[in-house]
Amino acid sequence: MRTAAGVEACLPIRSDMDLVWVRQHVRQAAGRLGFGLVEQTKLVTAASELARNTLVHGGGGQMETAPVSDGPVRGLRLTFSDEGPGIPDLERALTDGYTSGDGLGMGLGGARRLVHSFTVDSTPGVGTTVTVVSWASRAPRSREGH
Amino acid sequence: MPEHEALGEHGSPAREVGEFLRRRGEQIAQRWADEPLFRTVFTVSRDEAVEAGKIVVDALAQVADTDQVHDPDAAGFTLVREQLSRMGAARSRAGFTTAQVSNDVDALRPPVENLLVSDLPDAPSDLVRGCTTALTVLMGTLRLVVLETALSEGQALIERQRLQLLEVATPVIKLWDGIVAVPLIGTLDSARSQVVMETLLEAVVDQHARFAILDITGVPTVDSLVAQHLMKTVAAARLMGAECVVSGIRPAIAQTIVHLGLDLGTVITRASLADALAYALHELGADIVNATPGGAGRR
Repeated sequence: MRTAAGVEACLPIRSDMDLVWVRQHVRQAAGRLGFGLVEQTKLVTAASELARNTLVHGGGGQMETAPVSDGPVRGLRLTFSDEGPGIPDLERALTDGYTSGDGLGMGLGGARRLVHSFTVDSTPGVGTTVTVVSWASRAPRSREGH
Repeated sequence: MPEHEALGEHGSPAREVGEFLRRRGEQIAQRWADEPLFRTVFTVSRDEAVEAGKIVVDALAQVADTDQVHDPDAAGFTLVREQLSRMGAARSRAGFTTAQVSNDVDALRPPVENLLVSDLPDAPSDLVRGCTTALTVLMGTLRLVVLETALSEGQALIERQRLQLLEVATPVIKLWDGIVAVPLIGTLDSARSQVVMETLLEAVVDQHARFAILDITGVPTVDSLVAQHLMKTVAAARLMGAECVVSGIRPAIAQTIVHLGLDLGTVITRASLADALAYALHELGADIVNATPGGAGRR
């Protein structure tokens, strides 16, 4: 039974300083849930990429964190949402090396590889919501979202 | 107000409460010492909690004396503001939200109210009601003061940290003739990495450095932007004839970089600063050898 214990925190993403706060918050939340150092670092890095996307491409938004559990295994769900222009071509955006800005183009695709579950919901002109889930240990069942 | 006039020989309810607080200060402090707010903050001894409680009761009595139960700026509160902020801060540090701290403060009221009511068995009901109302208002104001100090404490902390952050310089250290190192610490945002690149390139010129070591032990997160900054710095140094070595790549960071799909193949990397120094020295033709052969074995 997968359960989400409700939203734990909602952080604004409006400036570079907020990205620092997002990283620290995710690190602490993951640490509290018993994430190992590697899983913790991976999730924090993914959060950093996604939060920067929210800021740079989405024009700012927010991140919600929620602890989730699957039997004894605990995880963390992060939801990044913005009301920006949306992603017109998701397939291309997920391709390594493609960038609409001046970055490396590794953010979205890289973030997907760093977490256990990854879903993007984007409507051009309305906004983008990226939801990722990572588990404290190996994914308990089949990996989803790929 | 007509109620006040009906009190006759009694003072205003607030003053009555002030008198009561002074009379029963010790008992109140004793009861408060068992409440979470005091119990969890003053963990060394119960006496300490009682002592702290008494100071707060005294302050409340003083506020009540001056009929300012509704005023968070009352003179009496200034005495305990610092202590209250310390208590609030301790609770916040322990992971409690402002709302929970607020509830903690609210929990201080019932014990006092019970004492107050039992203290006035023969008093006219008007007076009892007036006193409990005054006490409730007073405790509400205390709650406001605690939250207010907690907030201003937070603001002050942010200001201090902002200043501290500005002071975090990026020194370039000369490790050897021709070898300089930059220990990178904290967040590598665009502004800071620009500073790093400039100071490093200047040092390369000044020190005639052939090797520049970028140590990222103190960088908690290496995402694609940080990697991009690193690679730009490496490329710029290379243009000036200096080879860059990125050191301090911890196992978790290494795995993350791989999953992220970053290609640092063009960059020389080493696990630790010592390895990077050894590599640079070796490249310069200055290998390190033990002075006494087998010296390590004698220990």
